[in-house]
Amino acid sequence: MPQILALTGNEAVAYAMKQINPDVVAAYPITPQTSMMQKFADFVAGGEVDSEMVLVESEHSAMSATLGAQAAGARSMTATSACGLALMFEILYIASSYRLPIVMPVVNRALSGPINIQGDHSDTMGVRDAGWIHIFSENAQEAYENTLQAIRIAEHPEVLTPVMVTLDGFIISHGVETVTIFDDDKAKKFVGEYKPRYTLLDTKKPLTLGALNFSDFYFEHKATQLEAFNKSAGVILDVGREFKKTFNSTECYEFFEAYKMDDAEFAVVVLGSTAGSVRMVVDDLRSRGVAAGMIKLRVFRPFPHEELAKALKGLKACAVMDRSIAYGGDGGPVHIEVRSALYGIHPAPMMCNYIYGLGGKPIEPEHILSVFDDLKEAVVKKSFKRRVGYLNLKE
Amino acid sequence: MTNTGKNMLEIRWHGRGGQGAVTASKVLAESAMALGKQIQAFPEYGSERQGAPIKAFTRISDQRIMHHSQVTSPDVVIVLDPSLLEAIDVTEGLKDDGILIINTPATPKNIRAQMKLQGRKLFTIDATGISLRHLGKAIPNTPMIGALLGVTKMLPPESVAADFKEKFKGKFKSEILEGNVLCIMDASKEVKSE
Repeated sequence: MPQILALTGNEAVAYAMKQINPDVVAAYPITPQTSMMQKFADFVAGGEVDSEMVLVESEHSAMSATLGAQAAGARSMTATSACGLALMFEILYIASSYRLPIVMPVVNRALSGPINIQGDHSDTMGVRDAGWIHIFSENAQEAYENTLQAIRIAEHPEVLTPVMVTLDGFIISHGVETVTIFDDDKAKKFVGEYKPRYTLLDTKKPLTLGALNFSDFYFEHKATQLEAFNKSAGVILDVGREFKKTFNSTECYEFFEAYKMDDAEFAVVVLGSTAGSVRMVVDDLRSRGVAAGMIKLRVFRPFPHEELAKALKGLKACAVMDRSIAYGGDGGPVHIEVRSALYGIHPAPMMCNYIYGLGGKPIEPEHILSVFDDLKEAVVKKSFKRRVGYLNLKE
Repeated sequence: MTNTGKNMLEIRWHGRGGQGAVTASKVLAESAMALGKQIQAFPEYGSERQGAPIKAFTRISDQRIMHHSQVTSPDVVIVLDPSLLEAIDVTEGLKDDGILIINTPATPKNIRAQMKLQGRKLFTIDATGISLRHLGKAIPNTPMIGALLGVTKMLPPESVAADFKEKFKGKFKSEILEGNVLCIMDASKEVKSE
């Protein structure tokens, strides 16, 4: 029987890691590490997993050790957050270029400075181009389920690309919610046994990792990496479908959830935990006759440009919400993508961007309501007050 | 618009670091979950310091809770440390017919006068006294859970006490577990109304 437990997001992901039972888990055991690894270390100490836990001296080392173990043929995981992820930056690119299917849950938190430990998306947006698949979670349940799916996506022979599963810092990572944990046997069966296609320890098939590629082959190497990355899109959908069927999950495991979008005139595009609040506001507006809708983006990399353009086409206006800044860019990172996706699409909606929730700044239903009000007003006036604005900012 | 569904109860806990407000927010939520409710429990996210004012929140609902943000218009406010009444406005956002439960040996009448409180339903409980009686220490969190249950009848105190024992059985000695059970039970009966 599935167990219904009161868990924090971190604990829920630790349960996923327990069911995945990786061969090796490397982690830096001090902050910015979170209670996720603490809970997993309990499972290790209690003999509930077979994982070899390696405590290292930095996040740079955590990713290096994970990479080394994975290259040797071991299913390997680590987890991090905020400046820990920033310290891994160099090794993230190496992991993806080696085509190592590492899965890493990341608790999305702000980067200093000013010093801040609270939730926003600055950390993983900062490693946007590191060649990792990037999946966001709305709540603890999704973080758990996305982590189980991530193993299948990463290890798919056509993909062999690392995956980051993210959950909003504190709001989800440290908040207790009702979470359903599936049967161990069923979860383990879904995840499957890891059979590495290449390993450094297979002396019959010698292999070089970390070779030098100058102008002769570096570009070619990167292009094949990109081709494999793009193939992950289909695999993400297949794995999501199989997951839903296996576990009767009610969550949406496509690239994004289109909520009440069929006849919508106004919509908000959003990532992570804020989606729940947007859904509530959409319901409220619908009850008052406003044709509101929501796109909850789940997969940020690979970005679903075509599918999203189709979903947004024909709206009167939409707002993209970004919980991070892309300095000097056209608004935040999600906005840049969505706007790009709509190039050449007719009729394209009017579009604006809101930066919100940086460093844990609360986002309340009234703020989201004000976004929909701005959309309605912009349609009447045929222009936005601001193309890129802020939500809940002290003046 | 409000951020609550029709069947949602939102509670805000005020305490100081070390008094167990965060634990209380979770214990209550877990007991509600055991009886089939959907729950959320989370602290205000700041740096953790002994003695610093902290907030924690509990949401209990019959339906899935979608909203993820602090509780801004609570149905119930619970104050674990009376010195907070002079430091912060514990009634901020509390609904007009909301419930305020304060850890103090004083009567609700005196506290209402001291706070110049308008409206709301005010209750007091000597939670520190109860915890000293049963635990020998001033940890007022379980008595405050008991007081809440006594006021709202939202869950049977016996089942919450049993859940507490189960949750912490590996962590605390049996006399501490039994002491907390008595804290919950006594406070549920001793809470004073106006």
